[in-house]
This record gives sequence, structure tokens and C-alpha cells, in this order.
Amino acid sequence: MSAAEDLGYREKPHELKWVGTNVARTDGVDKVTGRARFGADLIMPGMLFGAVLRSPHAHARINGIDTSKAEAVKGVKAVITRKDFEDQPSEMIQVGELTVNIRDVIRNVLAREKAMYDGHAVAAVAATSASIARKALKLIDVDYEVLPHVIDVVEAMKPDAPLLNEDQFTDGVDPKPDRPSNVAKRLEIKLGDVEKGFAEADVVIEREYKTRPVHQGYIEPHACVASYTEDGQGEVWCSTPGHFLVRAITSRLCGIEVSKLKVTASEIGGGFGGKNIVYLEPLALALSRKCGRPVKIAMHRNEVFRATGPTSGSHMKVKIGARHDGKITAGWAELMFQAGAFPGSPVFPAAMCAYACYDLENVLVIGYDVVANRPKTTAYRAPGAQISAFAVESAMDEMARELGIDPVDLRLMNAAKEGTKAAYGPTFGPVGQVETLQAIKNHPNYNVPLGPNQGRGVASGFWFNIGGETSVTMNVNDDGTIALTVGNPDLSGTRTSISVMAAEELGIEPERIRPAVGDTTSLGFNFISAGSRTTFAVGKATVEVARVVIDELRARAAATWNIPVEAVVWEDGHARPASSNAGDFEPLSLEDIARDAKKTGGPIAGHVETNVSGAGPSFATEAVDIEVDPETGHIKILSFTAAQDAGKAIQPNLVEGQYQGAAVQGIGWALNEEYIYDEQGRMENPGFLDYRMPVASDLPMIDAVIVEVPNPNHPYGVRGIGETSIVPVMAAVANALDDATGVRVQELPLSPPRVLKALNEKNGNRLG
Amino acid sequence: MARYHVSATVNGDEVDFLCEPEQTLLDVLRDELHLTGTKEGCASGDCGACSVMLDGRLVCSCLVMGAEAGDCSIETIEGMAEGERLHPLQQKFLDYAALQCGYCTPGLLVAAKALLERSPDPTEIETRYWLAGNLCRCTGYDKIIRAVLDTAAEMRGE
Amino acid sequence: MRYEAPETMEAAVALLASDDNARVLAGGTDLLVQLRADTIDPSLVVDVKKIDAMRTVTAEDGGFRVGAAVTGAELGEHEEFKSVWPGVVEALELIGSTQIQSRATMGGNLCNASPAADSVPAMIAAGAIATIEGPNGSRDIPVEDVATGPGRTSLRKGELVASFLFPEQAPRTGDAYLRFIPRTEMDIAVVGAGVCLTLDESGLCTAARVSLGAVAALALVPDEAADALMGTSVDEAALARLSEVASAAAKPIDDKRGTKEFRIQVTGVMARRAAEIALARAKGK
Repeated sequence: MSAAEDLGYREKPHELKWVGTNVARTDGVDKVTGRARFGADLIMPGMLFGAVLRSPHAHARINGIDTSKAEAVKGVKAVITRKDFEDQPSEMIQVGELTVNIRDVIRNVLAREKAMYDGHAVAAVAATSASIARKALKLIDVDYEVLPHVIDVVEAMKPDAPLLNEDQFTDGVDPKPDRPSNVAKRLEIKLGDVEKGFAEADVVIEREYKTRPVHQGYIEPHACVASYTEDGQGEVWCSTPGHFLVRAITSRLCGIEVSKLKVTASEIGGGFGGKNIVYLEPLALALSRKCGRPVKIAMHRNEVFRATGPTSGSHMKVKIGARHDGKITAGWAELMFQAGAFPGSPVFPAAMCAYACYDLENVLVIGYDVVANRPKTTAYRAPGAQISAFAVESAMDEMARELGIDPVDLRLMNAAKEGTKAAYGPTFGPVGQVETLQAIKNHPNYNVPLGPNQGRGVASGFWFNIGGETSVTMNVNDDGTIALTVGNPDLSGTRTSISVMAAEELGIEPERIRPAVGDTTSLGFNFISAGSRTTFAVGKATVEVARVVIDELRARAAATWNIPVEAVVWEDGHARPASSNAGDFEPLSLEDIARDAKKTGGPIAGHVETNVSGAGPSFATEAVDIEVDPETGHIKILSFTAAQDAGKAIQPNLVEGQYQGAAVQGIGWALNEEYIYDEQGRMENPGFLDYRMPVASDLPMIDAVIVEVPNPNHPYGVRGIGETSIVPVMAAVANALDDATGVRVQELPLSPPRVLKALNEKNGNRLG
Repeated sequence: MARYHVSATVNGDEVDFLCEPEQTLLDVLRDELHLTGTKEGCASGDCGACSVMLDGRLVCSCLVMGAEAGDCSIETIEGMAEGERLHPLQQKFLDYAALQCGYCTPGLLVAAKALLERSPDPTEIETRYWLAGNLCRCTGYDKIIRAVLDTAAEMRGE
Repeated sequence: MRYEAPETMEAAVALLASDDNARVLAGGTDLLVQLRADTIDPSLVVDVKKIDAMRTVTAEDGGFRVGAAVTGAELGEHEEFKSVWPGVVEALELIGSTQIQSRATMGGNLCNASPAADSVPAMIAAGAIATIEGPNGSRDIPVEDVATGPGRTSLRKGELVASFLFPEQAPRTGDAYLRFIPRTEMDIAVVGAGVCLTLDESGLCTAARVSLGAVAALALVPDEAADALMGTSVDEAALARLSEVASAAAKPIDDKRGTKEFRIQVTGVMARRAAEIALARAKGK
């Protein structure tokens, strides 16, 4: 077996030099000087400005679109509507590991028969200036026939609810229903026998919970530049976590061959899952095709909120049974998730993750994927898991109170560990749930005395990690430096983490490796930067490619020395004879071999195309201290501690940053973030003023604790770490609220009006 | 469409541009002067990604009309480093990993520089409130605040 | 749309009088947002920041005259004004971020006529007078008479608010403004309360004004709230009474920023807490 084939974790025979240290980010200087180019930063010669007309109605049949007045405006070069795209059949297409219904994709990109939500794209314009484009939008006449709409998930499930899609019959029920429904799918996650489990329980907690849709809230609005030339070639520059996905969808919708579309990923100003689907690129390319000039489209924040992202709002029921000694005997849940206008809420992962923190014998989780007149939901950091965790971890806290057991201890008694059979299928290998619980229990923050109106909450969370299609190329330059080309956009420093692993393998300083995100013509297919996969999967493929390159370097040295390749080892950036028996040669450095490559066989390079497996899941446990203003219901975060299993932190400061950022997103979700709709189904708060994400003054420092239980299937033990830390947050804050006030709030956000109302009800105070 | 001829100073250079009255200073910086380091996050003054200095005051360039900039002195992220030397804040942001995606970073750096020019020894609370108009969705602010406070200490010679 | 930046009041008034669809641009922190959101479409924008008189703070008759286009940052740096009217300065400084403070003005905050404007209840509590310039000369009206409803003012064609007069303050007077917002910054007031009170030498309240924001179409100036403090030592009982009558005076609506019942309850809390600060300030003078 060659070194490249054994990509499992090994205790390193020597000290790691760079893995586990904080190395300068290769994109750092560009990002602190304003040089880094994001989606809207590309300026092409002759470029036009595009703008998108959006439906003001939550649900309306589009009887006609008259663009003649807009087309007549001086400076307008192209207008497109549904007529400019061929319809797509209902067909599940595979884009890497992702399956999408191409009929829904084209309808979400540009409305066809109906506008399905406030903000749904209906037409687009390209003009010589942004203001002309915006003015032209106002001159497009759309003949809307307004239809009844439905937003709330429970309302949408009712048999008499307005139907979004007359051809949709609930999947997953037997026999197949004879009436169409907004319920796209019913699913189940099952282990053991919950009825038996509840029969064994001494205490049963049964509760209902609600959450509102929240947006990923990345600061960079979606943006792209597209150019289409007379020979049928297209080029797209865009802010995306997956330019291969953009290529697949855009080429399909625009009816061009994959080879004729080159997509380059810009720097990406945050995504958190919200940029995992395609909105603007087909529009910009179709506009460019129509007028022969490059077209830039950048969304306004208002469009970002109304038309992209959010994750689901939900209605959930949870029932947990336990014995007096703390043994959980059964966990049951029913999860109803808003998918938005088209099927595909994260209810499935929500159901899979709901009880994944625990070693249980009896679990049943039922999920419903429900369409409603809201933007199509997109992934958001640990999609769905945070929502079901709010319910399950809130109920667990009540169980702990009921049993009189410390909430960390109750979780420890029932924690998932190596050998636990998860309800969603697998049996866990080594996992870090117990370690994260112990880290919280031992943390000073968990033992600080609390003052009046203060409370402490704790919760745990689980998220998967994925591998997926990955292509990496490594070229050895003639000065012995390395050009490393990966196909995954870098949202948080992954290029650098990947370089560090390459440096460790090659035995050279990370500065000598220049990583780049290649365009779609430079590499094989790459799955998107999602599922916490990039450092894990691309890192693993990079280790593999480094070992391929090392084998070649050894071969070149062997040829130079005229000894067998097996007699050459690679150590510390040098080829050396394996032992004195192999001969007495001065070691050859990477520079030496690179310099003479022309004489020993030509350029030295390696490439790996693989479907990475062996991802290890990551658990987190978090504790939060809060103070409640009893007169206003305002919650102040006093401290926050996030302990998550990283497997191995390649760069600790970047890992901490992931935990901290995820924690604060969760704090926003817990306290104030929500989509607010008026009676017409229009979003009332499509801006950062009233969609209230946390600002710096809302927060304390966030204490990040890196737990390291190595993933046995990664050469450095890496687990994906980008997501899990958001999962426990909302429940932890709700649990702290209960601890501080004795009030249990089962609906998010825990905004001051909701909290004050609950306090009033508890205290028998006046209500206004 | 009427366009205004505007002369201003940007990062010490005299510049002239034509702008529509509808164009904000942000639009002008990006689309006319091609200084794309200043970012649009909201175009409503709620995120601070477009922060620049206007005649010595920290502003959101999305809330200034391009036509208003006549005879003004404007400083953007592109003018922050001196030649090859990064500003101490830029260096500390790198040292502390105070950025992830980097999109809010130019605005945060411009705002933090304005703070330190005014208040060389800010408290954590003061720093958090000064920067409350700069949204960051990646970092949770922790490392940003630490980087600013440590820069202040370094610039004071501590 | 045309942009003009006159350097004199007369020129500004003439421009505003010349166009039915003209808008005054002061700090622009509301105007530019409305332009971008297409909620307004003016044919003329008159930038008043080049008019010196609108940008300065001057002493007048023992009080202060503050130009309507003085920014929050500038007023906050005016130590003398700040020491006399800390509540007014705090109210203005609560508007938006540091960046907004570099631009936002009291004139703009008042004339934007949002029911939730932070500086307005503080100015009303302080008894500030707005000086209005127009084609027919100048006129003075109490600040509370400028806004007439959400987005509407009593200004006539060609008129603009030029400055505010903060009259000479009686001894032992303290002012304060507090608001409730869900976050700690960057929000619009859900409830605002401005309180200004004067004590006599024995510590009894001899004058009081209370103004409530964001709980009606206009900032409220409920007499009963002031009456709750008058003649008392602003003790617990008086504060409790203030809280009760302030809540009773509130006439809010349910909206995306808060519920009616929440606003009513919190109005009393904010009024009481603002009065406590104003009291401490009055005692300190």
C-alpha cells in the first residue's frame, strides 16, 4: 500500500510543525486592504447594470407581462421574462450530492405561471446605468391576478388552505393521497419502540414549540457578472460557495453545454448556506446573451431578505420519557417545517439530528415538508438541526428540572458515544459529546455565582459532516514552491488550512504554498463548500495529492541517484536514502528536485479526483448566562461558552472564530431575528434596521473551547467544524430564561414583548 | 440625465467625476472611481460596510450623495496602508483572525481607525458601541474587539 | 432630480418655494434611505449644510440657539451645551450608529416626522422652540407644533426649520431621555420618554415636562405626567404615579417593532427611569 492510499488518522511519529498553529492567511492582506474582489467588485469593459423586477404579491397568477415601455427607455439594452427561458420538466437532477427538481429551480429563478412569494423575480433589465435599470423596472406592466396566500405552516397544512401547486401530492404516505396538498412530504426517523419506552418512563415531558424563519444574514448581497459571446460561450463571475453548482444549473437553464460555460468564484462575503442555490446567474447570462454585453447584477438588501435564504419557520411537538434515575427511555417528535414556495425544507436533517446527542433505544421523529408563500428556504448552518434542537433541548432542560438532576449530568448520563446506534442509522465511531459536556461542566463560566434576575442555560447539539466530490491539483514550480489549486470557495480561511496540511505533508513552510480557488475549467467537479466539508474533504484530498507528489519527488531522486524508489524516503522537505544500505547521497531538497525536473522527466505535479468519505460528526455543548430586565423583558447576554469537538483544529484561531460566529448567529435567532409578514403576505422587515441581527454592543466576549477527539478517517483527525455551534444556542438561551425567571417560553424569538408577556402571566401583572 | 461634475480629494489624490444625483458617494467610489474596497451591504446606513471618512468624520458612504462630496476630503480603505506597510489595525486584524469572509472588514477597519484617532485608550464597552454600526455576521465580534483593543495598546506604546 | 446647495437662508427658501416637489437635505440619513427605497421621488433636493447659521451653536439670552443642521457628533462635542442639556444630547446621540451621528441632525429628525424620533421628546421636554424661515420671513413655534402626523409637518411651502432655541434654564433643572429598543444600538425606539424637571431649594419639583415618543402618531406631552411630579420631591410615590399616568397616556399601535400592550407597559418604565436620571441631574446642579 502506498502512503497515498492510507488516509486514516495516525498518531504522528514526530511533532506536527504547522498543523495546530495559527498561520497567516493567504488571502489576509487582500482582505484588510480592500483588494479582495467579491461578487460585485468585478468591472468588465462595456459592462451593463442589471436589475430584477420582483412580485409585490405573495401569491398571484401572472396573466401577462408587457415590457415594451421599459425596452423603449434610452440606455436599456435588454429585458427578459419567463419567455426567455425554456420550461423545465419535473425532474430531479443530481448536482454532485445535491438533488434538485429542475422544474422548481427555473420557477424560483424567474416566475412562470405564478408569483409564489413577495419578492419573487418576474423580469430583469440590463441598462447602461443602475438608475436607468431601476427606472425601467417601474415601466414593466405585469398583469397579476392576486390569489389567496398562506404563510404559517399549520395553516398551510389545513385541507382548505390555498394550494401553491395543484399537482403536488404528499409523498411518503401510503396509499397515495387523492387530493393535492401543500404538504410535500411526510418522513420518519425510527429506532426501537417509543410506546414501550414511554411505558417504562416515570416522567414524561410533552411540549409544543414554534420558531420563525430567520435569514443567514451574510453581509454581502448576492452578485454576479455574466458575459455571453457570439460563439455561444458564456462566462460567469459570482459570489458562490460552489461554482460547479452554478455552472450546472446555469448551463441547464440557459440551454448551453456545460463545456461552454466557465464560472469563476469571486471571494464570497459570507453564505452560511444561503448562497447554496442559484438566483441571479441565469438572469445575467440571459440578459448578456440578448444584448451581447457583460451584465452585472447585485441584489439590494431588500431583495436578499425577500427573495433569498431564509430557513424554515416551524411548529414542533416533543415528548420525552425518563426514569427517576435519569435514564431517557423514549424520545418522540413531530416536526412541521415551512419549505417556502417549493419543497425542500431542512426537515429531514432536523429529524435525523433531533435526538442524535443521546444514546437512546426508542426514538420516533415524524417530519412534514410544507410549502407556503415565502421564499424557497435555503440551507442555514446545520440546516434544521438548530430548529429541532430548540425543541428537544428545551424539553430536556425541563426534564432535568423535573428529575432534579443537573442539566449537564442528565445529558452525560444519556450521551451518545462510540458504539451508540443513532436513530438515523449509523453506529457512531469515536465522538466527542461526552467531552464537550465535561468541558462545559469544568469551565469557570459554568461555576460563576449568579445574581438577581440572572440565569444559566445549557444545551447540546449535533451536526453531520460530509465528504463529497473533490478535485485538487498540485504543481511544483521550478523554484520549489507549490501552486495548489482547489475547487472550493473559501468562506473563512479554508485555503490556508488546506495549505497548512499540504505544508505538513511536504515538510516545507506554508508560505511556500500558494493556494488558489480554480475556475470550473481548471479542475474536475467539486461539491459546494457546505456541510462543514471544506477543511475536512478538500484537506483530505490535498493530503492525498501531496503524497502523490511526494512519491513523484522520491522517484526523481531515485532516478538521480540511480537507486530504487523504495530506497528513497521523504523527510522534512528532502529526499533521503532510506538507510546507509541504499547508498551515501546528500539529501535532495524540494528546490533541488524542482530545479532539475526538466532533466528528470519534466514538470512535477499531482492531481486527485475523488469522492471523499470518512467524515466524522461533531458535537457541541454550550452554556449561556443571561440577565433579564424584569420590567421590559430585555435579555442581556452575560457570558457564552461554546465547546465543540473539532477532531483536530488545523488552525485554532479559525476554529474558535467558527464557534464564536455560530454562537452569535444563534443568539440573534434566540433574541430578535424573525421574518415579519403583513396581512398581504409581504415581508415587513426586509432590512438590517428591523431584521435585528446582533451588533457588537449586544455581546460579551464568546468563550470558545476546542475539544479534540480525532476523526479516525482523516490523516490529521479533522472533523468539519463550521456548523454545530449554532445548534444548541436557542435552547440554551431559553433554558437560561427559565433559570432566571421561572418562565418557560416555547416560541422564538425571545423578544422583549414575548418575554414581558410571559413574565406578566407568571406574576399576574397587568397586561397593558 | 443631468450629471454633476464634482471635484474632491480621495486618499490624498485630487479626483474629478461625473455623477447622477441618484448616485451615492458609495456608488461613485465603486462605479465611477473603481475603488471597490468600500462595500455595499444594505444601502440604508444599517451595516457600516461602506464606512469612509468624509472631512475627518466617519460616515456611511451610502448615505451621502455623490453630488455632496464636492471639495470634500474622503479616505477609504484603499488609503489605509502606507505604502508597503499595513496600518497597525490591519496587521492586528490578521494576527487575531478578526476576519472570516472579509466583506465587512474594510468598513470595520475604517471605523476602528476613526475610534483610535479620537480615543487612544478605549474601553471594551466604548469600542463595542463605537463599532455597533458595523455588522459582522461571521466572527461574533470577539476577535475584532480584541484586535482593536490590542492595536490601541500597541499604538500607545504599551 | 436636481441637487442644489445654497449658501444662504434666503437662497434656500427661494429654491424650496420654487418647486412643489422639493426636499430639504440635512444629514440625509432618512432622505437617502427613502430615495433608495423609492418611497419619495423629489424633483429638487436642497442641501442646507452649506448655510453657516444652520451649522452652529450660539449663546442667546442665557440659552442656546442650535442650528437645525448641527449633527449629533457636533452637538455631543459641545461641552457647554452638553453640560446644560445632557438629556437632549443623549437623545440625539441615540440616533443610529457612530456613522449616522456624523450626519444626523435634530432638524432632520424633527422634520422627518417619525413618531419614534428620539430627539423630539427630549426637545419637547426641554421646552425648545423651533425657528422657521420661509418666504414670509421667520416665525417661532414650539417643537411639538412642527410634526402633525407620521411624515407630515406644519411647514408651509418654501419653509424650513432653521434652528432651535433652548431657553435659559432655571437653576436645579435636570433633563433626561431614555428609550427602549430590543438591541443595544441601531434600532428605532419602541418607546421613548423625555423628562425635564426643576426643583426648588427644598427639593420640591416646581416645573416638569414629560414627553413620550413612539406611542402615538405624534410625540405626546401629557400634562398629567408632569402633574404627577409637580409639587413632590419626586419620591417613590410620585415616580409610581408618573409611571401609571404615562402608561395610561400612551396610545400605541401593534407593529413590527412592538406590541401595543408592551409599549403601554414599558412607557411607564421608561418615564420613571428617565425621571430618576433627570432628578439626579437636577440635584447635582
